[in-house]
Amino acid sequence: MNNFVTLFKKEFFLFFTSPVAYAIITIFMLMAGFFFYNIFAYYSVVSQQIAMQGIVSGSGGINVTEGILIPFHMNISVVVLLLIPLITMRSFSEEKKNGTFELLMTYPIKDYEVVLGKFFAAFAFYGVLITLTLIYPLIVSVYASIELPVLISSLLGLLLMGAAFIAVGILISSLTENQIIAGGLTFGVCLIFWLLGWMETEASPEIGTVLKHLSLIEHFQNFSKGTINTKDIVYYFDFIILMLFLTLRNLDSNKWRG
Amino acid sequence: MIRVSDLSKQYGALKAIDQVNFHVEKGEIVGFLGPNGAGKSTTMKILTCFTQPTSGSVNIAGFDAFNDSIEVRKRIGYLPENTPLYEEMTPRSLLRFIAGLKGVPTKEQNKKVEEVISLFGIAKFSGKLIKYISKGQKQRVGIAQAMIGEPEILILDEPTVGLDPKQIHEIRDIIKNMQGKRTVILSTHILPEVSMTCQRILIINKGKIVTEESTVNLMSRFHSHNIFEIEIDGDEKKVQSVLRDVKNILRIDVKEKSNDQRNIYEIETEKNIDNRREISHAVVHNGLGLLSFKTVSRSLEDIFLELVTDEKEAEVKDE
Repeated sequence: MNNFVTLFKKEFFLFFTSPVAYAIITIFMLMAGFFFYNIFAYYSVVSQQIAMQGIVSGSGGINVTEGILIPFHMNISVVVLLLIPLITMRSFSEEKKNGTFELLMTYPIKDYEVVLGKFFAAFAFYGVLITLTLIYPLIVSVYASIELPVLISSLLGLLLMGAAFIAVGILISSLTENQIIAGGLTFGVCLIFWLLGWMETEASPEIGTVLKHLSLIEHFQNFSKGTINTKDIVYYFDFIILMLFLTLRNLDSNKWRG
Repeated sequence: MIRVSDLSKQYGALKAIDQVNFHVEKGEIVGFLGPNGAGKSTTMKILTCFTQPTSGSVNIAGFDAFNDSIEVRKRIGYLPENTPLYEEMTPRSLLRFIAGLKGVPTKEQNKKVEEVISLFGIAKFSGKLIKYISKGQKQRVGIAQAMIGEPEILILDEPTVGLDPKQIHEIRDIIKNMQGKRTVILSTHILPEVSMTCQRILIINKGKIVTEESTVNLMSRFHSHNIFEIEIDGDEKKVQSVLRDVKNILRIDVKEKSNDQRNIYEIETEKNIDNRREISHAVVHNGLGLLSFKTVSRSLEDIFLELVTDEKEAEVKDE
């Protein structure tokens, strides 16, 4: 446990000693701001129309939850898909390339402590990003009252989905010493898991249901609408545990391959 | 303290080490010597539990490196080849991090870190990022990180590579001072280093231990070959013929020619026979001037080359 904390602290603070973290935060906030502004502006146009003509046009809906929060968080989830590979690609790859991996693995620290330390450090950094997006609901709350339960459920969904992406990233990073391959592969794998649900209509009903259930975005949609399903939570947890378990097996097999 | 039995490691078709056996007693400093690619680093990686052997076992301080790897790792300080360190940390924060991982109690961490910082002269650059410090400074941080937590066993893979002569001297002194206190295995391909710091030498070549002997023994064993450097004043042909008449001389070479017939000859004589008296007698009684007579001691370098090349020749014959 002590080792985990030590490693977690080092990994987390190391994010901030390199420019990567600041680049990621900057890009993330720029994109989040862009999406928020668009959604917010569109919402105000729609609500003006409603006020003047008394008719509903467009699909935005007329309350801030459906008109702003839900679409905003859906957009954020796409940004997250793009940025998480950048957070996790260094995790093991950089250590393998620099040789510090050899040093790390010869300290009296258990493999699972290493994996968890790296996973939670990346997750904590991701948590910082998500916390920063709270500015936008805060801005909305100046003008209208927001539904707090929906916001909380949506954030929980974002955190769980991000954690799943991070787990994929950590696994892939442990497979290669090349950061670019790690980043690219992570993005590809996450995207495929994200879009699996699209094949639902083409596949046979049985397989379609399975694909839909496997899709990462499918479960997030429930969260973003304010529905917290045990099923969705279990899905993310299973997914994360499987990825981390595979990482652990990979570290173990490294010892045999040398 | 360290017992290695029948250790083999195979990478695909390549046998990195093959049936290696050796043991190291507590407090001993052992030099692990071999050309590049001989299997030094592989052996060290197995000793430090980074890699698992294909077969064979390693027992360190009573613990099996495979089954009790955490216990083994607690007792080992390791400096891998090329000194990999976290480039984006400062030496001080790195050492603190490692002290934490090695289980130094939080209260003592600061004290222990400051201790190694002053011991290895790291204070001056302890606040700089490691990517900006020099190779020699990195090397010192590398050894410091291995020493932190006071492990019983130190495994150092080429600890003096890239250091300037003064730093090499310092590092060697530090290692020498550990004699009796800590068990040290250090690998190198620099021979004087081994003869200066180690009590015992393991020579490894092509994955096999070629020789395992104390430094003193190894040196004396090879001194039994007698080589002399003699400066003689006189006609070269005459000198050659005179010397050829002396018994037990194997080889006569002119080492340095000079214009005034004062040449330096190198003479190799039969093992274990001291015929210096006969040589000098023959020279003087034939009217030649004996200007100087010197016994040449063979360096470890020659011994090493001989062991390693012998091995090669033997293999060629096998084929």
